[in-house]
Amino acid sequence: MIQSSDVFRVFQEHRGDAIVIPTGTSGRHWREFTTNESRDLNLGGAMGHTTSAALGLALGLPNEKVVLFDSEGALLMNLGILATIAGKKPDNFCHILLDNECYATTGGQPVPNAQEINYAGVAKEAGYSSAYSFDDLEEFATNIEQIMQDTGPVFVSIKVIPEVENEPIGMRQRAPQRSRSETIRDLQGELGISAG
Amino acid sequence: MVEQQAAVLSPEAMVEEFRKNGVTHVVTIPDSETNYLYELMQEQSWLDVVPASREGETFAIALGLIIGGQTPVCLIQNTGMMESGDSIRGMALDSGFPLVMVIGYRGWNRHGVITDSVARYTEPFLNAFRINYYLVEQDADSHRISVAFEEAKATKRPVAILVGDEYHGFNR
Repeated sequence: MIQSSDVFRVFQEHRGDAIVIPTGTSGRHWREFTTNESRDLNLGGAMGHTTSAALGLALGLPNEKVVLFDSEGALLMNLGILATIAGKKPDNFCHILLDNECYATTGGQPVPNAQEINYAGVAKEAGYSSAYSFDDLEEFATNIEQIMQDTGPVFVSIKVIPEVENEPIGMRQRAPQRSRSETIRDLQGELGISAG
Repeated sequence: MVEQQAAVLSPEAMVEEFRKNGVTHVVTIPDSETNYLYELMQEQSWLDVVPASREGETFAIALGLIIGGQTPVCLIQNTGMMESGDSIRGMALDSGFPLVMVIGYRGWNRHGVITDSVARYTEPFLNAFRINYYLVEQDADSHRISVAFEEAKATKRPVAILVGDEYHGFNR
């Protein structure tokens, strides 16, 4: 398993101009490495539907690379989205799954069939153009350049070390971050899109 | 005997309303009653049909499209709308963007007793989410679709069209 912060550190070197959507407990580390916050997007959440929103963004901005950092608990809530994505074939979409095998934010309970499910296999058979699995940082670092050049939709499953939270929600420390509406406003400003 | 033309909602009227209002994408799950509409939408070069796997996806996909500067509508049935409650909350209501959702009103019956529970719960569901809606049953009602688009833009909220002719007008 890999530290999720290491995944982001390696990814940042190959990010280019991609729009990046971090999610989940692991996703918060992206803020430590990003150098282009106006292209970072917080899409909020709704029982796993951030994946769907990321697809919509990729379809709406076909000339922009869109990279989603998803989590396996969210994806399992809406696994059919893999077929939806594969069906629309967004060639600008890179779907990276940070798989910590558990619901870290609720105390670390395992997700169903946590250790045996093959997410990359599911994505590939659903129709993604390519799919990768990594459990080793060096191997990920060796392949990320190619991954970012692959024609999408690309799926990348990475085993990461869970960062389990057990404190009551009201007592958890959170670094200040931009709200969803602020990140949307900043991205639309960067791309010259007038708000709807 | 006087023969009367049945008052139906034609798929052509719906597609024309989409065109008039600048719709770019229809995010949808087809149902057995709307096949002709689906085929007609597929024929429009200006319209991109996005088939979803579950209705909750449609509101989230629509949000992403809106952020990207597009004008989507969600086209689903009332059964799927109910399944989509948290997606409607998190991806449509909370996002503060205009969105028209076209909802097949399965079970709706103006003249008889409504026996399908999904029809009984459809309007209370929308009322619970404080989503305004317009009933469209025939071509003569189709101007209400433009009203919904204007209201969605003005309020930056989702507005629903309830298609009450689902069992006839959209079928071949």
